[in-house]
Amino acid sequence: MSSPQLVIPENPVWKAVKLIVLLAVTVVILGGGFVFLKEYKDSKIILTVFAVFWGVGSTGLLYTVLNALGETFSRKVRAWLLPLIFAGPALVLLFWFLVLPTLRTFGLSFLDETSTRFVGLENYLYAFTNPTMLESFGNNLLWLVFGTSGTVILGLIIAVLADRSRWESAFKALVFMPMAISFVGAGVIWKFIYAYKGEGVADIGLLNAIVVAFGGQPQAWLQLAGWNNFLLIIIMVWLQTGYAMVILSAAIKGIPSEQIEASRVDGATEFQIFFRIIIPSIMGSLITVTTTVLIFSLKLFDIVRVMTGGNFGTNVVANQFYIEQFTFGSTGHASAIAIVLLIAIVPVLIYNLRQFAERKAFK
Amino acid sequence: MSKKAQEGRKPNPLATLIVTLILVAIAVVWTVPTLGVLVTSFRDSKDIFSSGWWTVLPHQGWTKTGEIELDAAVDPDQPITIEGKTADFAAWRAGVSVTPDRQLKWVGNKRTRTIEVSERRWVGFGANLTMDNYKNVLSAGEIKYKDGQGQEISRQGNNFTDAVLNSLAVAIPATLIPILIAAFAAFAFAWMEFPGRKTVFILVVGLLVVPLQIALIPILQDFTKLDLNGTYLAMWLAHTGFGLPLAIYLLFNYIGGLPRDILESAYIDGATPFTTFVRLILPLAVPALASFAIFQFLWVWNDYLVALIFLGDRNRVVTSALAAMVGEKGQDWHLLTSGAFLSMILPLVVFFSLQRFFVRGLMAGSVKG
Repeated sequence: MSSPQLVIPENPVWKAVKLIVLLAVTVVILGGGFVFLKEYKDSKIILTVFAVFWGVGSTGLLYTVLNALGETFSRKVRAWLLPLIFAGPALVLLFWFLVLPTLRTFGLSFLDETSTRFVGLENYLYAFTNPTMLESFGNNLLWLVFGTSGTVILGLIIAVLADRSRWESAFKALVFMPMAISFVGAGVIWKFIYAYKGEGVADIGLLNAIVVAFGGQPQAWLQLAGWNNFLLIIIMVWLQTGYAMVILSAAIKGIPSEQIEASRVDGATEFQIFFRIIIPSIMGSLITVTTTVLIFSLKLFDIVRVMTGGNFGTNVVANQFYIEQFTFGSTGHASAIAIVLLIAIVPVLIYNLRQFAERKAFK
Repeated sequence: MSKKAQEGRKPNPLATLIVTLILVAIAVVWTVPTLGVLVTSFRDSKDIFSSGWWTVLPHQGWTKTGEIELDAAVDPDQPITIEGKTADFAAWRAGVSVTPDRQLKWVGNKRTRTIEVSERRWVGFGANLTMDNYKNVLSAGEIKYKDGQGQEISRQGNNFTDAVLNSLAVAIPATLIPILIAAFAAFAFAWMEFPGRKTVFILVVGLLVVPLQIALIPILQDFTKLDLNGTYLAMWLAHTGFGLPLAIYLLFNYIGGLPRDILESAYIDGATPFTTFVRLILPLAVPALASFAIFQFLWVWNDYLVALIFLGDRNRVVTSALAAMVGEKGQDWHLLTSGAFLSMILPLVVFFSLQRFFVRGLMAGSVKG
């Protein structure tokens, strides 16, 4: 802790005045800024610039003021007050936005749609018996199995192949690029590929144009039961393969080259090297990537929401959560679905965190 | 398998060629979808509705080269002879090839007596590109465009200008605020003594498992009570709350790994924890801060669910504006493609200019729930 005997003490009156002025300025900026943001309507550009500076500035100011207040106390008080000031805001926000909501959602899941009457396990019974929910679970399983395996396998193949190419970074950048695109943006991109204009009209959708060029019939792909789920899963694979590739590529580069060279000298084929050396060596990263994509496919929402809205047999659990709450206004059902999601994710994430702690990827 | 390994072994030219071909094929598949949207966003709306975007590439195709007005004496109910070919009305209506490279087609009903001539030619060199789609999608007022038949349609614009500004007003503070709060907390967890430090930190990391959906309904109820729905502040708070576990975890790993000597010498020089943090720790932690910043910025900018619920139709951000457009005007590809591209520009620029930091953040951030 600090050594106050080395600091030249300031005039206490002057210090108090400074503190009061700082407090007053903070109150004015925080309160005034809030009112200004609410009331000001003239120029959107001014509003945006103001919002950015006010939001970031206020946060910095808040810490400065709290710390200045904290430092006026005696050393003994400071020893526990300063850590509280440093960590307190984060803990308050975490409590408000994550801890409390989890408990509240858990509570709401036992109440009826308007959260007034206790209904016991009825909402959970609904979640596991309602036909729409069962369809959603089935589809989530498709996403989980095909989305995850597609992403990881493709990512691995590209990582291994790119490692042998002279233009490695260029190839990787192109595959990685979709990571920067929003799911909504990706939805538009792929909706355009799957576009269908009707019989006898010039195709503007790439997929139909290809099908027709090979002598097939154009289709309304997104309404084609059975197929449409896979066409949506392709979007996720397109978006996430870059992620799998980057992590796996880094892991492959971490394999000592002597190990591979030695087995090559011993006459191992490339396939043997791949399955007996590369795969076992990158197992940790492979598990991290798989679990991350797995969780992602469980929580998937945006793609389905934008592409089909969950119609034509493509509904998923996270979209049904949204529909129950915001279309049907059934808070009980929605809360139960959210809790089911949480329970599905917890074991995967705990496993992931444990793997992660062992790997210590962040240096 | 680093570059060293490759130098050590004789490259097999055939294997190298196959690898390169596979990679090129993959790169094409990965790029073409985005390219299609980019090209389309610059095409004339009439062209977008009547032909695929790939037709801007040079290719052999049919182009209209002229029209023939038939004499009033020609009886459409009898076989008609034009340019040496004889066929009935139905056949002319469907189109008749005079030579392999020249096609004649009756347009409209029997009374129009107009024959359209098209020839097979190399086309696509002078693609008809325009910025109108961008002008239209950014506009808040009335917009006009042509449909596939060339008819003019007027609509209310989608005001993407406001959406982009809203996205900036949401994303920049929602990136910087959690970083600041998390850095303070990470410093406290790493270098300050207080009871229960370890337990609380483990609980914070444990919150990584909570999926977003869990928090939405209760938080929406709170925001409704506080009258915060539709405000930037609501979005900053929500994204800060949801982003904090990962931010604290990552920054703790970095800040906790800084050498103890630096801090001790600062304290001996009489620095308070606050000045040590601001003057010493924050500048030293810039790589970690940047990694998380890019991660969080892309996450917030591309987020749809949180914006959909807490902003609603007030202060629409680009993702919700785009999604609304898909719902309302699902076939207006000239607006959808330019809107989609507008939503992608900033994240793509951030991504490509700061890719190294992003990759580092991604490696570390593989644990978000």
